[in-house]
Amino acid sequence: MSKTTKKIEANLKKRYAKEKRFRAYGVVSLLISFAFLAVLLVTIFSKGLPAFQQTYIKLDIELNEKILGINKDSDEDALFSASYSKVVKNSLKEMFPGIKGRKQKRALKNLVSKSAAYDLRDKVLEKPTLLGTTQSYWFLAKDDVDVFMKGNIDRTLPESDRRIKDYQLAWIDKLMDEGRLEKRFNTVLFTEGDSREPEQAGMRGAIVGSLLTMLVTILLSFPIGVATAAYLEEFAPQNNRWVDLIEININNLAAVPSIVFGLLGLAVYINIFGVPRSTPLLGGLVLTLMTLPTIIIASRAAIKSVPPSIKEAAIGLGASRMQVLFQHTLPLAMPGILTGTIIGMAQALGETAPLLMIGMVAFVSDIPTGIFDPSTVMPVQIYLWSDSPERAFTERTSAAIMILLGFLVLMNVIAIVLRKKFEKKW
Amino acid sequence: MSVQTILITLFALLIFSFFIGRKRSIAVSTPVGKTGGRRNLHSRPHYYGYMVAIWAGIPALLILALWTSFNSSIISSLTVSGLSDSLQSQSKDAIGLMMNEVKNLAESGNIAAESDPVLRNAASHYQRLQGISTLAKTVIVLVVSLLGMLIGWRLISPKMRARNKVETVVRWAMILCSSIAILATVGIVFSVLFESVHFFKAVPPSDFLFGTTWSPQTALREDQVGSSGSFGAIPLFVGTLLISAIALIIAVPLGLMSAIYLSEYAGKRFRSVAKPVLEILAGIPTVVYGFFAALTVAPFIRHWGEAIGLSVASESALAAGLVMGIMIIPFVSSLSDDVLSAVPQSMRDASYGMGATKSETIRQVIIPAALPGIVGGVLLAASRAIGETMIVVMAAGLSAKLTINPLEAVTTVTVQIVTILTGDQEFDSPKTLAAFALALGLFVITLLLNYVALHIIRKYREQYE
Amino acid sequence: MTELKPDIEKRSEFDIEINGTVGKPFVDNPKMSSRNCDVFYGDKQAIFDVNLDIANNEIIAMIGPSGCGKSTYLRVLNRMNDTIPICKVTGEHTLDGEDIYGKKQDPVLLRARVGMVFQKPNPFPKSIYDNVAYGARLHGLASNRSELDDVVESSLIKAGLFKEVKDDLNKPGTGLSGGQQQRLCIARAIAVDPEVILMDEPTSALDPIATALIEELMDELKENYTIAIVTHSMQQAARVSQRTAYFHLGKLVEVNETDKVFTNPEHQLTENYITGRFG
Repeated sequence: MSKTTKKIEANLKKRYAKEKRFRAYGVVSLLISFAFLAVLLVTIFSKGLPAFQQTYIKLDIELNEKILGINKDSDEDALFSASYSKVVKNSLKEMFPGIKGRKQKRALKNLVSKSAAYDLRDKVLEKPTLLGTTQSYWFLAKDDVDVFMKGNIDRTLPESDRRIKDYQLAWIDKLMDEGRLEKRFNTVLFTEGDSREPEQAGMRGAIVGSLLTMLVTILLSFPIGVATAAYLEEFAPQNNRWVDLIEININNLAAVPSIVFGLLGLAVYINIFGVPRSTPLLGGLVLTLMTLPTIIIASRAAIKSVPPSIKEAAIGLGASRMQVLFQHTLPLAMPGILTGTIIGMAQALGETAPLLMIGMVAFVSDIPTGIFDPSTVMPVQIYLWSDSPERAFTERTSAAIMILLGFLVLMNVIAIVLRKKFEKKW
Repeated sequence: MSVQTILITLFALLIFSFFIGRKRSIAVSTPVGKTGGRRNLHSRPHYYGYMVAIWAGIPALLILALWTSFNSSIISSLTVSGLSDSLQSQSKDAIGLMMNEVKNLAESGNIAAESDPVLRNAASHYQRLQGISTLAKTVIVLVVSLLGMLIGWRLISPKMRARNKVETVVRWAMILCSSIAILATVGIVFSVLFESVHFFKAVPPSDFLFGTTWSPQTALREDQVGSSGSFGAIPLFVGTLLISAIALIIAVPLGLMSAIYLSEYAGKRFRSVAKPVLEILAGIPTVVYGFFAALTVAPFIRHWGEAIGLSVASESALAAGLVMGIMIIPFVSSLSDDVLSAVPQSMRDASYGMGATKSETIRQVIIPAALPGIVGGVLLAASRAIGETMIVVMAAGLSAKLTINPLEAVTTVTVQIVTILTGDQEFDSPKTLAAFALALGLFVITLLLNYVALHIIRKYREQYE
Repeated sequence: MTELKPDIEKRSEFDIEINGTVGKPFVDNPKMSSRNCDVFYGDKQAIFDVNLDIANNEIIAMIGPSGCGKSTYLRVLNRMNDTIPICKVTGEHTLDGEDIYGKKQDPVLLRARVGMVFQKPNPFPKSIYDNVAYGARLHGLASNRSELDDVVESSLIKAGLFKEVKDDLNKPGTGLSGGQQQRLCIARAIAVDPEVILMDEPTSALDPIATALIEELMDELKENYTIAIVTHSMQQAARVSQRTAYFHLGKLVEVNETDKVFTNPEHQLTENYITGRFG
């Protein structure tokens, strides 16, 4: 064995130890990334899952005609504006007699959500003959009760440290003993718009708002993006200043921080063109500019991957370049284009910052019905709820995130399936 | 008619135009008493249909778009000019406020309920103008469309090169679409520059660029005691850099090492699972990261910091930077992956052929060779971190403190833009305008970073091509 | 009725059978040797049952049409194929009687002992000095700077490059001309003092003058090293080597003294190849 070999052998052990260490750094880096992802998802899901359940309280309501000041023959206006909250309050008072002091009285009233009165009104409007009878109904419980029922308030803490006082605890215990408290699937989350009261707040407005905004975005960005990509790939002259300028600007758009697009919306769309604030139309216009680069880049790649032989064959048969584009190139490139579009839409669906700038952050409790109605979108709703101090909103924020992630997963799965299904090797 | 109704009517007209165009082309090309005239046509019949539809659609749509875009600003200024001179001489803000009231009143449909006669008059004036405008718009758009249809219809003859005409229009439409990217950039530059110039009229640029105090509260009334606001942006930029630096310190090593492990060590099956999982981090909306940072990470850091005797702000820069770092890990790793795989196989072969181990090859050959590309990628990541908004809005502080201690709360450029523009806005006040000046700074910095980064990466790729 | 085969097919090289290797594949006291070597890329077999010895201090040339497996075989000898995940090598291979693919064998040490020069000059994007010093630094061959300087200088001298670059040692190696780059790669390879140097078409990317320089260099190097060279050029094989191995479709057809191969080949295929009927 030569001298050199001996020297090398002497160092080998150290070098292999280094090799192992380096490899370990790689594994650890990946593990850290995965761990973060896991912690993030577990935190959100564990916080958000309980929000899909909601506490309801069963009350025996005496629909006293005298207190309500109406009877079954009253006209609809009277039925509509009667003070139903009073009978709800009375029902509670009857169940827990001898409550003294304004604080306790208010606490008692706050066992049930304010929506109880509206529910009751709707029931009476539907069937006025109920007046004068006593009925048992399930009403939404107030958020504090809900939070307590989900085990998020520790009753062993000293009274001064908890949101629910001893007397309230006694009421809740009694209600539980009588089987008047129940957790059910939270339909409010999907059927209602935003509300200041956590127990009445739902995602419907934000979901509809997001869908409308996405509709505007896709209707604008898809044709514009595909037309741009097709032009740049198939028609644009080489070394043309205008074409170079277009390419540079597409890259710029991809690089600009999203919040700047919000300022563009504010200064140009709102102040110059008078696009109404807070609307899906405006949101869609802003997001269109943000998704365009994604769609253009994906479409260009898809168009480029169509083999020239197919195009040449069609041109050889006497087709014009435009006919080749619409009859051969675009149909063949469509799976790739659609995949890119869906990914762009998924980005747009999660985008928040620019929409804050154009007023979509306003509190909107109505469900939008068109692209000209003020509305919010899912990520902004998440932002708004995360800012609310109530404990119950934290839970709802996490649930809202789960719903948003659900939409994103769905879109990405569609994109992956599309890619797998139409993947072609030429 | 509302815009939507006009659009639907127009659409119906277009379909109608297409069919009459197609039909006429066949009719004009068929000699009397014979059939099958299509052969005499220059183009296939549907191209004549498209041509008529284009004539009916494009001029009308153009008018509609222009009209709708400028409708509200023109009507507003007309309403303002209908006001008495004394009212017109008010400040811009006051007029703006008043016009808002007028608009709301006009749209509420219940003008009579308003007690102020000036507002009542203005609102009814506004409403009248709006009515005239809508009616004129409807009539003009539809008439232009019908006229276009007629012209297109009369143009049809067997020799007309309909296909070429249609294709020319489509081509121009494509050029127009691709020019939107330019328009958008112009729009961005215009919107931030224009307002920034206003801002720099009130606040000297040197104060903005080199001032070390940021407190944008200006006096609401002239006689109010208190500060006139100071607009030194240094603390904001330092805060932004601090958080971005923390993010990069976390993301660059983790992202780079992940990329190295995945591309050089991992088996095919592990890679096919691990890569998409890493990509999930990139797909999570930033608002979710913001929520995670504020709800989980910040209290966690605070808790542990205090456990070892450090004072940690509840909105520490560390929490925001950490979470931002996680967010850009996949960004760094996919960029590094591209860059590393651009290093030619012959380099690896040369190193392995000398008896280098994998890690020696990576550290001493591949990384140095890929360094320019990696630097470019890091710059891109930095630009991403600097422009990131939601995480810092939700997890970083509001008060502009000039510090580089990661345990303290700092604020960033994007946070201030959001805070200023989502709060109650005083129109044209330096405070509102400051947001645009900040955005200008942000725009310039990110664009420069991107430009430099892409330049480096391109040079790097050319080297191995 | 018997089917008539067209004449042209009879003459096709595919019809000539290869039954083992003809000539003299084995030597006494070999430096390296292979027995029953098969190489697979996934399901595809690239090398079929190659048996060959390489003698001490000889230059052996491996020739054959492209795709015949000569480069693949060369890469077997220093386990470079390990870096390709789908590649599988079987058979017995030894260096000085030690099993190359054995459990005890360390690929790092093996590659230090069996160096390699590649088809395309592939200097690292580092200075000339750092390129040559790379291996010595890796393996810890020099304990201080002056030792390292000596290693670099002597390697560059051996590679015949020192005169040209002695003032530019800190300039990037990628700035040299193609021929200089290849000599730099040779200097880099001999800096770790290998016993065998494998050369994979080292001059195919170079002009004739640079090629001549490298061939001269090989002649000098064979005093101290054993060299196996894969080449596309029969003239080169004839010029530099003592023995020549002819590969065809993954099989080793013939091994003989170079003179014999080029003047009086034993196998029909070898003859067809050297007379230029195909390849």
